[in-house]
Formats: sequence, structure tokens, C-alpha cells
Amino acid sequence: MLELKNISKRVEGDLHIDDVSLRLEKGSLNVLLGPTLSGKTSLMRIMAGLDQPTNGAVYIDGVDVTGVPVQKRNVAMVYQQFINYPALSVYENIASPLRIAGKDRETIDREVKRVAQLLRLEPYLDRKPLNLSGGQQQRTALARAIVKNADLVLLDEPLANLDYKLREELREELPKIFSESGAIFVYATTEPTEALLLGGNTATLSEGRITQYDETVDVYRAPRDLVTAQTFSDPPLNVLQMAKKGDVFELSKGITVRVPDDLREMADTNYTVGFRPHHLSPEPIPGHSVALDVRVRVTELTGSESFVHIFYEEEPAKQITWVMLTHGIHDFDVDQKIQVYLDTRTLMVFDLDGRVMSGSSSQIEADIGQEQQMVSGGEHGSH
Amino acid sequence: MQKTWNNKAWFLVLPVLLIVALNAVVPLMTVVNYSVQETFGDNLFFFEGTRWFREVLHSDRFHASLGRQFLFTFTILMIEIPLGVIVALSMPKSGVWASVCLVLMALPLLIPWNVVGAMWNIFALPDIGLLGYSLNALGIDYNFTRQPVSAWLTVVMMDVWHWTSLVVLLAYAGLQSIDGAYYQAARIDGASRWSVFRYIQLPKLKHVLIIAFLLRFMDSFMIYTEPFVLTGGGPGNTTTFLSIDLVKAALGEFNLGIAAAMSLIYFLMTLLVCWLFYTLSMKGETQ
Amino acid sequence: MARINLDHIRHAYSPNPQNEDDYALKEVDHVWDDGGAYALLGPSGCGKTTLLNIISGLLVPSEGKILFDGQDVTHLNTQDRNIAQVFQFPVVYDTMSVFDNLAFPLRNRGMGESDVLKRVNETIEMLDLGAWSKRRAQGLSADLKQKISLGRGMVRSDVNAILFDEPLTVIDPHMKWQLRSQLKLLHKQFSHTMVYVTHDQTEALTFADKVVVMLGGEILQIGTPEDLFERPSHTFVGYFIGSPGMNVLPIALEGASAHLGAQAIQLSGGVSVQPSAKVEMGIRPEYIHFDPNGMDVAITKVEDIGREKIIRAQLEGSEIALVLNENEPIPADPKVSFKGAGINIYADDWRVDMGA
Repeated sequence: MLELKNISKRVEGDLHIDDVSLRLEKGSLNVLLGPTLSGKTSLMRIMAGLDQPTNGAVYIDGVDVTGVPVQKRNVAMVYQQFINYPALSVYENIASPLRIAGKDRETIDREVKRVAQLLRLEPYLDRKPLNLSGGQQQRTALARAIVKNADLVLLDEPLANLDYKLREELREELPKIFSESGAIFVYATTEPTEALLLGGNTATLSEGRITQYDETVDVYRAPRDLVTAQTFSDPPLNVLQMAKKGDVFELSKGITVRVPDDLREMADTNYTVGFRPHHLSPEPIPGHSVALDVRVRVTELTGSESFVHIFYEEEPAKQITWVMLTHGIHDFDVDQKIQVYLDTRTLMVFDLDGRVMSGSSSQIEADIGQEQQMVSGGEHGSH
Repeated sequence: MQKTWNNKAWFLVLPVLLIVALNAVVPLMTVVNYSVQETFGDNLFFFEGTRWFREVLHSDRFHASLGRQFLFTFTILMIEIPLGVIVALSMPKSGVWASVCLVLMALPLLIPWNVVGAMWNIFALPDIGLLGYSLNALGIDYNFTRQPVSAWLTVVMMDVWHWTSLVVLLAYAGLQSIDGAYYQAARIDGASRWSVFRYIQLPKLKHVLIIAFLLRFMDSFMIYTEPFVLTGGGPGNTTTFLSIDLVKAALGEFNLGIAAAMSLIYFLMTLLVCWLFYTLSMKGETQ
Repeated sequence: MARINLDHIRHAYSPNPQNEDDYALKEVDHVWDDGGAYALLGPSGCGKTTLLNIISGLLVPSEGKILFDGQDVTHLNTQDRNIAQVFQFPVVYDTMSVFDNLAFPLRNRGMGESDVLKRVNETIEMLDLGAWSKRRAQGLSADLKQKISLGRGMVRSDVNAILFDEPLTVIDPHMKWQLRSQLKLLHKQFSHTMVYVTHDQTEALTFADKVVVMLGGEILQIGTPEDLFERPSHTFVGYFIGSPGMNVLPIALEGASAHLGAQAIQLSGGVSVQPSAKVEMGIRPEYIHFDPNGMDVAITKVEDIGREKIIRAQLEGSEIALVLNENEPIPADPKVSFKGAGINIYADDWRVDMGA
């Protein structure tokens, strides 16, 4: 088990990591999700022992390892760039951590072949990495990390330099590969979809803070605050200000939305409401939607889906932009005035400080509104 | 970036630290020691405070050699940096000829400094040297052992010949690291050759040229061997630069106190100029 | 703006190509419309960059001609073709302000300062760069730098085409949405001829009127996003477009019905293929539905990706994927059926038409 306790990292006055506490269980897959410069790499370097935190401590299985350098920890790392020994064959690349560990020849041969099979590298064992495709090069780097039998494997945007389709293939394979090893996997990415495809647990990062850590789909469905919801949304989350008045939320133009039952007790004031792009629809959802007048900015069509970028007039002369993601082809013209339907069952309500008042109503947590701990119990989650 | 603390590492660098201490710190402290004392040999020392510093700073001889030094350093920088960049720009970017050019460029850097001095001495001799003889044969009155102007020209030419290569190699490496997309974008934008240089190559070379400038400044500011072998500081004192003057004071006249004070002043001046140049050129730089 | 003729173009990087395989780009013979938005889509090494370089003038093709509006430009170099290009990694002139960056191509062509001012200010407005116009380009974020690169092309009224070489590679997902949609909007408003190279299907499909799918130096299909989704002309197109890609299942044909293992699937019409051909059925995950009267499947894996679930299952010994909406339940006794309109038949990987 890897545990970070109140880790902070300050570099030349800039706070790169801000009071992060995290507990990662053996055999778990953990995604660090956040935009560029949100602190993913800094956090991984601290986990690996490449950097020292300014404050806080790192524990492995309860032992404080904060000052222990990377060479003395059993850690493997895979980077965005394909890093292999160019002069060695794929076989020798995979064997290299075992040779350093002084394993005997048979063990090495057995392990290399096992991992090569897992990563489908068997046909290429005699080749030099630079003669392989990008995907195969990165598989070699992954194989080296896995064969090492490390306690902790850190992957820093490992698929970012690969073609889209290769990413898709590896994303599907990786959870399988990870689950066969007993290590703690930490996987950094900027892409929400990637986090969802990998599954496991996700920690969302924003400006050096972990905003939430839970099972991946739970973070997606029940974000604890606005920043988490925004970080974990692709296309970007749509937001809107609403005022609660008794049983209804009042939108700017006199349109009202019934407040979900569990939020009736909330104070009558202004709230930020977030909803995902696929919860807007060009057709009404009987009984569950409210019609809004919007103006089309531009439509993007993929052949099976439409991404409609729209302007909504929140207040007179104050336009906000949303994205509507919908099945089928809906080719609206630029500046066309249309009606869209907002699914009122899926609203996420935040107070003006960004704290959630409700998730998608089915997923509300019992302890919402209280000070939440950032630590969850690994595979089983906290609920 | 803060690295992990590993105490063992210090044992490994300890020998190096000791050597550096013996090599640099101890002699420097000796110089500081000499610079504030008077000695007449026999290891007898008298404390003199700042006397040698005041004497040096007020001496005409120091002013004169400092002036010559600045003129020399300024001249060679003004020639070597632009010339180095021009040569680097005109070198082939790849292929066999690129390698050939690089080897040719590296050659002058491999020759020991006193040999460079000796080579140019013979090369420039007016009676038997190829350069000196040819110039005189063309009707140009040239004699570097007697005419200050000729001596200066020869020293400058020698330094340019010896050290422009360094600037070339640095600039060449800098140019090679510019992504091809920049040149293509510039072509698409209809940029002239000059614009490409001014807006792409020069900005991208900035850091490399700062290094080149600092290296050439420090080196030329302490130049000794080559002009000493070539002209011995003459005719008269016309090519007596700071280091030559320093050696004259220390070994020729055995004014150890004066010499020590001089070397400390040079040291501080070099440091100051480098620092000034570096801070000014890095100003407005956003990382 | 210009119409682009690619007239029997082939390219080999070696001087004496002996056979088809020596060509990095196999024969391309197409006309691209004036004002069209084209995307070249394919995995690395498929020849899309070669084709882009031929259009930009970086490469002269081994065979064939390229014409802009009927004028042969095959041997013209980049600067004489009046094109603009946005590269993978942003190229800006670091020492100049944003304004001067945009003015640069105009000043280089000797335009008077008052006209420069007018054009640049228009472009700055188009791209929403007003807040940065006086800032030095150095140190700006990657998405702003890409906008500046684009602006240097848009600012010129004489550009024949704007080329994009994987321009969103270094942009964060959230900014990608903004930049991509802005590009689309600019194309709708100003109708520049645009050519966009990418390996990312979403970028290609959302950007282009026509997507050119390439593999191994060959163009497999040119079509609208809808064509590529509904009627992929090659199994690779089916696989490469869509996430997950099209299911390709081995079948045996018998008149207007297809036999998949023990199952028979009725087709909309008869298909005739060579007897020796490898026959397959393509069906997209979006066109497979749970149906109590359907074929038995064994679910092997469910991937919850938020707004939908990807179900992976075994059907008659083949692995299939299907997509389920967020709130649709997974039945306890899963059976599936195929939507007839989503079925395509392939012989030796190429699509064959079904008779009525």
C-alpha cells in the first residue's frame, strides 16, 4: 500500500502540489486526471522518490520512505516518449531489469517470454526497438516496467504519442495486463474518456490539489464539486446559474425547473447548475425536460453524432456557450435559432463556492456538504 | 529542482572537491594573502592593507594595459561572433561536406596555444614569413616587430584564426536544433533571407551566442600565451595586455603584492562584466 | 481560394521504384473542390503526410501533376504556391508581438501599413485574439500560438489553401473543443479550401466535408462523415472510423441471407461475390441492440464510459462490441439483433452492394 500524507511541493515559490493525501491499495489501478500543469507529473515524481516533498510524508506498507531515493524503491516508470535501449533487442530490453536484479538465465527467459506474450511482442523479440512501430515501442517499454515486478508502476501519459486507434487498443488491453500484476498502478492522463475506459479509481487534479478520489465511474457520476465535474467532462461541462425559489429553480427567462426532492430543504439563493453535453437533446424527453431557446454557434458532425455548439442567453446581453452532444445527424446552420431540451433528472447543483448540493439524483452520497476526506478505501470505494 | 538527499554521494565527490580546493581555493587565498602584504623574500611579510590596490588603480601603466585589453577584447568579439555566425550559416547542414567542414573548423582549436603563437610569428615575419613577405612584396610596409599597427593587426588576426571556430561550432549546433517547420513557415509567409535570420535564427541562437560571448570574453580578457610568443608585448608596450603586464610585474619585477592585487582586480572585473552581460541579456526572458 | 487537382500523382522516396510497394503514395487522381474542407485520415505511415507535403510544395511527386485552379504548380516551391500551413508544434515568431506576427506575411509582400492595420485587425477579431494583440508571442499557451499560426494564413486574401498538420496534438482536451469548433466556424464563414492531416477520427470527421481515409499509401475511401460511418467501402475504414470500430464477422452467403455460425440473418437484397472470396459482414456497435427475440450472446466485459456503455460479447464464436445508452439496462438473458440498415457485406475486405 502506498500512502501520501499531506504532501506539498513548492518550487521557487510556486505551489506545485497542495496538501495531497492519498491511499493506494496493492493491485489497484489509479488514474490521475487533470489538465497540463495540474501537478500529475510532480505527484508521480514524489511517489517514485525522484523528488522530495516540501512537506508531508510518503509511506509504503506503513513504513516512512520519504527520504528513500528512487534506486532503493521498487518502482517502474513509463513515459510519454518511447524510452528503450536502442542498441538492445526487444528481448534484451525486457530482460534488462531482471539482469540488473541478478536473476538466473532460466528465470529471465521464462519471465521475458511470459510478459512478451502478455503484451503481444513475441514476433518482435529479436528486433531493435527503433525498427518497430510506435505502438510496439511503447509495448516494449510497458513490458520492461511489468517484468520488473515493481511494487509501484507509474505511467505518465503513456499513450499520448500514439495514433488514436492504437490508443484505443492499448486502453482496452491495459486493465487486463494490470490486473495480472499485483502492483499499484498510477496512470496520468489529460483525457476524461481515457480514465473511464481504464476504470479503476480516479483522482482528479486541479492546480496541485486532488479534488476527489474514488472509483472512476463514481467520480464521473457524483463529482464532489464543480472543479471535479469540469475536469472530468469531455466535451466540457455546461454550466448555468439558477435561483432557487421554494420548490423551483428559476432560470433567467421565467422558465422554471422543479427542485429534486432531496434538495427541497436547500436555502433559497443562487446556485450553479452543471449538466453534461449529452443531457441536452434536440427532442423533448416527455415529463423530464425543459425547453430552452438557444442560438447555434456551429455544428460538428461525426457521421453518427452531432456536436452542436450553442449560445444561451443567461441574462440579457450575457451569453454563455454550451455543447449539445446527440445521436444522429442534426445539421443546424450558424446563427440558427433552435430549441433544445435539458434533461432535468441529471442536473448537478453546486453552491456558489462550487461545492455539490446533489449529484445525478440517483447517486447522492450520504455525507454531502460535510467536510469530506480525500481518502477512500481502494477497490471497494467508500460507499 | 530539489533532488533526493543521498549522503553516500558526498563521499564520491569528495576527492574532486579536495582537488578543486587545492587547485583553486588555496592559490586564490595565497593571492589574497599576497595582495595585502609586502615581502622582500625570506618569507618575511608586512601587512600593507589596501595599499597595492590603491597603487594599481591609480597607476597609468595599469590604465594603459586595461585600455589595450578592452580594445583588444572588444575588437575580437566584434569580429569573431558575427564571423562565426556567418560561417555557421554558410556551412552545409548534412552530408559528407558537413562532416568535412566540422573537422576543418575544429582543427585550430586542437593546436596548443604557444604553437599558435610560434606559427603566426614565423608566418608573419617580414623577411621569411609567407604573410609578411607577401605583404611587403605587394608594396605594403608591414613589420609587426616594429610597427604598433602591424603588431595589433597580427595579434587580432591570430586570435580570430584561432578562436572563431569555437563560435562557429556553437552556432552550428544551435542552428541544427531549429525545427524545419520554422523555415517552412517563414517561406510560406514570404520572409526574406534576412527576415529568416532576424526573426527565427537569431532568436533561437540567442542562448548559444550568450555562451559564446561569455567564453570568448573571459578567454580573451586573460589572453597571455599567444601574444607573448608572437610579440612579447611589443613593440614597446603596444601589445602588452593585462596578463602580460601581470607577469612582468610578478616575475620580471618581483612586485608580488602589486601583481596579486592586479590579478584580484582582473578577476573581479571579469566576474562583474560577465554578470552584467548575462543579467542584461536575460532580461525580459519568460520561461 | 482554389480547386485542387491531384492528377495521377504517385510518389516514391527511392529514385527507381520497381513495384507498387516502393511507392509511399500510390496513385491519387482526384479533384478537390474550391472552398472544401478535406481531412486526410490514417495511421502513421499511411502516406497522408507525403500527400500533404506534395500539396504544400515540400515534395515534388515522382509522377503526376498538381494543379491549383487549373494552373500547374507541380514544380513551384512552397512560397510561390500561396498556401498557408499550421504545424503540429506551434510555429510563432517569438520576438514579435501577436500583431506583428499576423502582419509579417503582409509586410513581406510589401503591403502598405494602413492596409496591414486593417487586415490584421480583422483577423484578430475573427480569431478572438484582441486581448493579446500587443503581447509578445513568446510564452503564450499552445492553443493561442496555434491560433496565431492560423492567423498568419487567414490574414492573406490570396491564399489558395490552408493546410493543417495534426494541429491539435499539443492541445489539452478542453481547449481542443474550443479550437476545433472555432476552426469549423471559420471555415463556414470564410470558405477557405482547407486540408487537415490527422490520425484522430473525431478531428477528421468533425472538421471535414470530405474525409480521405488512407492506408499503406493508398486512398481507401473519400466520403462524407456519414458515408464513412454508414457505408465504409473497406473493412479497415469500418474499423478505423468509430469507437469502437465496426464489427467484422465471417459469414457464408446464401442468396439474400447470411449465415453467421448457426444463425441466419436476412439481408435487404442478394449479393454476388466471387466463390473464392473471403466474405464478411460489417455491423457497427451502434446498430446492434438487445432484443428478446434475437441471437444468444455471452457478455465478456462491460466498459462504462459515462454517457454510454460498451458491451463486449461472444456471438457464434466471434467477438462483438455493442453500445448501450447511459440508462439502458443490460438484460439478464442477453440476446441481440442487427439493424438491417446497418449491415454491409465485404468480399476480400471491399464492400459489395446488395441488390434490392
